[in-house]
Amino acid sequence: MSRAGGRGTRPPAPVIALAAIAVAFFALPLIGLLWRAPWSSAWRYVSDRTALTALRLSMVCSLWATALSVVFGVPLAWILARVQFAGRGAVRALCTLSMVLPPVVGGVALFYALGRRGLVGQWLYDWFGVQLPFTTAGVVVAQTFVAMPFLVITVEAALRQLDGRAEAASRTLGASRWYTFRRVTLPAIRPALVAGAVLAWARALGEFGATITFAGNFPGTTQTMPLAVYIARETNPEQAIILALLLIAISFAVLVGLRDRWFGRGSSPHDAVLA
Amino acid sequence: MRSVAAPVTLFATALLGLGATACGGDATSTKSGNVVVFAASSLTEAFGEIGDAFHAAHPDTNVTFNFAGSGDLVTQISEGAPADVFVSADASNMAKVTDAGLNASSPTAVAGNTFEIIVEPGNPRGITGLADLANPDLIVVVCADTVPCGKGAAAVLAKAGVTVSPASLEDKVKGVVTKVTAGEADAGIVFVTDVRAAGTAAAGVEIPAADNVVSNYSAVITKQAPNGAAAADFIEFVASDAGQAILATYGFLAP
Repeated sequence: MSRAGGRGTRPPAPVIALAAIAVAFFALPLIGLLWRAPWSSAWRYVSDRTALTALRLSMVCSLWATALSVVFGVPLAWILARVQFAGRGAVRALCTLSMVLPPVVGGVALFYALGRRGLVGQWLYDWFGVQLPFTTAGVVVAQTFVAMPFLVITVEAALRQLDGRAEAASRTLGASRWYTFRRVTLPAIRPALVAGAVLAWARALGEFGATITFAGNFPGTTQTMPLAVYIARETNPEQAIILALLLIAISFAVLVGLRDRWFGRGSSPHDAVLA
Repeated sequence: MRSVAAPVTLFATALLGLGATACGGDATSTKSGNVVVFAASSLTEAFGEIGDAFHAAHPDTNVTFNFAGSGDLVTQISEGAPADVFVSADASNMAKVTDAGLNASSPTAVAGNTFEIIVEPGNPRGITGLADLANPDLIVVVCADTVPCGKGAAAVLAKAGVTVSPASLEDKVKGVVTKVTAGEADAGIVFVTDVRAAGTAAAGVEIPAADNVVSNYSAVITKQAPNGAAAADFIEFVASDAGQAILATYGFLAP
């Protein structure tokens, strides 16, 4: 850090010390895993069929959950940011509740809503023969439930900070609301949209409690990587460590890679979300 | 750096706080103080009552429980958790502790548990025995074979010569119970004590003794036991007539 660079303020010693402790707090558990990892048998564990099946399922489900979060979450964020209506605070709280809900409780709540005997689920079952628990679709539902709030709050914050003049100009020049939304609003919030989608994806990828409670655990159908890690740790803690590190490596690569790809120029205040 | 000493200490204290309270008992081996019992989660209800009865018989000693799956408890103990007593729900998890030399006493048998088919209240699918579970129209869930209830379910099905295609391999027995009580699964295989603990939310279909297996619960004093003397008292109490009478009311068998 040269004196000319940055914002020109040198952080006080206590700030540096506390920040260093915070970094150590996050780094140490990871170092612990690396320290205990059985590197000599790592490749065997990673190329194991159970691991590859779980990894593939994790990727498919988390990408579906991210897509659903974007499709439904962006309109929700837009309404929350732009439309004044009674009870908006309550709706916002409701839609972000799953962030603070213990995931296992979320899974049980999904039973009561979408399960075979659930509020809505009983009709799905009686009319269409659809039972979400024990299916891959059930995993996607559980992951979307816990992941979407991360996209909603990120995109809503961006929409609130957005300068409305560009959109107003677009409307004045005769563009439709839909055209303005697609061609003016969406590009303007793109960094936040990507950041929110990545956060939602990361949350979906790591999802455990709601998945195992609502969808169960069966290899190839509902056993995602976090579930495979959890089951493996009973009989084969070494494999559990290697699978956990694989999951961490993938998440880390995506978080770092996307940050450089999309936020490298430091052009937007929304950089902070992933910084 | 002097100015940061206080917050650093505060943070470290906060981090260590949880651990410190868990091992806050006195380190002296007197027949008093606190005895920390790491017990299999299937013992939760019965040991709650046994803890009260033990405290009534030994007023100077408090019992603190940590209930979890036997495998998780083994991991915690091998990582140095401050347990005085370890109670395993099966022989294989107890063997992990004794093989690693983490015990200070040889295992004392404290209870037995058998298996039962758990179904929805009133048994709407009319399940009469293990053979019915092979029906592909039924949604059957069992435990993964990595946990005691899954090992038992696999053994029971093998003895009966029945092959099932489970919809889910649960990580713990309560996961099977939840799937059935929520109405998502038609049947599961769990411990007899789990069906009883579920009360009116579930019903049980007996598995005949010829097909059934017994999971043997045993207890040891751990090697690092901070309160070894009280640990011995507790194990003795569980194995006593008073302790066995309480376990029996929850559906456990005599060892």
